[in-house]
Amino acid sequence: MPTTDEIKQRIESAIPDATADVEDWTGGGDHFRATVVSPAFDGLSRIQQHKLVMDVFAGEIGGPIHALSVKTQTP
Amino acid sequence: MAEQTENPLRDAIAEAIRDNEVILFMKGTPEMPACGFSARTVAALQSTGAPFAAVDILPDPRIRQELSALSNWPTIPQLFVKGELVGGSDIVTEMYESGELHEALGVEAPEAAPAPAAADPAAPPLGIENNLR
Repeated sequence: MPTTDEIKQRIESAIPDATADVEDWTGGGDHFRATVVSPAFDGLSRIQQHKLVMDVFAGEIGGPIHALSVKTQTP
Repeated sequence: MAEQTENPLRDAIAEAIRDNEVILFMKGTPEMPACGFSARTVAALQSTGAPFAAVDILPDPRIRQELSALSNWPTIPQLFVKGELVGGSDIVTEMYESGELHEALGVEAPEAAPAPAAADPAAPPLGIENNLR
């Protein structure tokens, strides 16, 4: 089961200059909420921004990560 | 199109997305959502007042599989407007709150913008002239 720190690190290393704030939404270790700030989102539609984050966990969402709620921002 | 015969389910999903201007793939039905994320998305959509089609993906696990393969989006719900994936519950909720959802659906946002001149309360009600004398 992934931890909030692990998720944070994976997002930050996958997306250029990203800072991520990850919470365990339900306390159960499988519903996470991530707020991600990165200049890489600039000029992208919201769905494209979210896809960048979702792609980091391709194949895990719906599996070990039951749900990942995402909020994206540009700095 | 060779795919057409090979994957009828995926074709049916693509067709539904094409044929419905606003379509939500969800767990359960709008009357009885089976997941909090689907419920939240339905509530946002319903409060815009815009009509939408809804597909329950639960009866057959292949629907979800094919939908995600098609949209390249892993989770449910998924909202499509004019054939384009708009997002799941996070995006729809965020757009609802900012008024963008109304805009995307072509309905007027509540209080985001003042009512246009047509709704001027000082204007007389539709005048019907009595010419029958």
